[in-house]
Amino acid sequence: MLVQGIKSRPEYKGLEIDPHAKRHLFVLEGEGAKALTDQVEAKGKDFLARSEILYLAGGAAPKAYDAVMAALSPDIFWQAPTLQPMLFRLRACLEQARMGTRIYVAGTEGFIGQIMQVVLEYGVDFNSIHTEHRGSTARRVQCVHCKGITDDVTTSPFACTHCGLSLLVRDHYSRRLGAFQGVNIDAEEPGTAPQPEEMFP
Amino acid sequence: MSLSTDMPVRVADVTQVTDLVKRFRFERLDGQPMPFFSGGAHVVVSMNDNGLLRRNPYSLMSSPDDNSGYDISVLRVPNSRGGSIFMHEQVKPGDQLTVSQPVNLFAPDHRGRKHILIAGGIGITPFLAMMDQFSRDNVAFELHYAIRSRTHGAYWQQLLDRYGARRIKIYVDEEKSTLPLATIVENQPLGTHLYVCGPAGMIDGVLLTALQAGWPKENLHSERFLAPPAGLPFQVFLEKSNIHMTVGEHQSILEAAEAHGCDAPYMCRGGACGQCETAVVSSDGMLEHNDIYLSDAEKASGGKVMICVSRFKGQQLVLQL
Repeated sequence: MLVQGIKSRPEYKGLEIDPHAKRHLFVLEGEGAKALTDQVEAKGKDFLARSEILYLAGGAAPKAYDAVMAALSPDIFWQAPTLQPMLFRLRACLEQARMGTRIYVAGTEGFIGQIMQVVLEYGVDFNSIHTEHRGSTARRVQCVHCKGITDDVTTSPFACTHCGLSLLVRDHYSRRLGAFQGVNIDAEEPGTAPQPEEMFP
Repeated sequence: MSLSTDMPVRVADVTQVTDLVKRFRFERLDGQPMPFFSGGAHVVVSMNDNGLLRRNPYSLMSSPDDNSGYDISVLRVPNSRGGSIFMHEQVKPGDQLTVSQPVNLFAPDHRGRKHILIAGGIGITPFLAMMDQFSRDNVAFELHYAIRSRTHGAYWQQLLDRYGARRIKIYVDEEKSTLPLATIVENQPLGTHLYVCGPAGMIDGVLLTALQAGWPKENLHSERFLAPPAGLPFQVFLEKSNIHMTVGEHQSILEAAEAHGCDAPYMCRGGACGQCETAVVSSDGMLEHNDIYLSDAEKASGGKVMICVSRFKGQQLVLQL
């Protein structure tokens, strides 16, 4: 069960190297590494000398994309163990970045949303940030009742990990929170929620 | 239609700023405060020139904090359609005029961490209000202002006095100093926004230089008001109003419609805002699109026309108006 057709659902238009950019900052997670290597195949390796890559392997660690990207010899390749140091490093990069820098984000939706949250704080218009959804379609969902956020939600409805309410997942998205909005599905008659359906593998 | 909210105003003050620039202060006849506006906003001033209605947009240059009146500056343009000449020669303190509500098509992006303003000549006016706002909000900005000569340039000395030489850079054509565009757009911190207002050639140059330096188009803002260009007279039929009319050599379709009593919507009267977009019912000739609002594809399809600046070559144009 999913409520679709809501305008706030983000669109990820795909990475496209901007030929005018003086510097490229890639912020990638898991399978998002493939979005970069696909660009290298399509556009050649020239842009790598002006590129900084921040990578969080996450669940894709066994695929060793880190070794593939390091072997491409970008200007800087840096790997984060978890999301928190990734966000910290990203802030440091943005603090120093100049206007000719283009930002490319690829990975799961939850990852893209949390990176966008940081980038937007730096006065970057979100239309100028390139994004590509790769990997799992699991969602990051905020419970509109207790405001708790649950990562990697794969079913709808699902039980809020904070307050336990059964939440219907909708396409209603908050860019500020980097999360979809989940609403209690059986508020009128508690206990009548339909069975969770696997929707976001 | 768009203007049931026009405000009758009294000309409170007229100041000769330079040989060719006059400043006008407007206050409301009923003594009420003016609506607040934001930096970059303009008003459309309606003038009654011996029975001929003239309407010109002018940027508001006074402080956005000050709702006791509005200031505009008008450059005298000798070979123009007459609005600026009328303002310079006819309008005296105590006269009555009508101004529209303020409209902002050139607002600063407040998410920006730094703002670079580039002005050419009279293009300085929207930035005067913007800088007042930036300065009040303690937001980083710098102005690069190109003028022909120190006697022709308006307000440059006051700006230097008020904001200092770190934030205000003046370039004087007569002294062979020119805008160092490539240097200005280089090495600016992420989250900088750039705004340009001035002659068309200068705007194009600034935007191109910034794009080539790797700026995303989302951070580039420009304001160009186009005066409706003159051309051969042509016939227009307004279908909904059932009016046959001739658009004169120095008239726009919008002005002709107004002269025939048709209350067409408009906002900027300069081909920028899209308010006066009108559907074309039929046409047996060539539309001359002079606006910067419609996309190239829309212009080519011929289904719409911006009646404030665009013209027509042919026998008959039928508009849904």
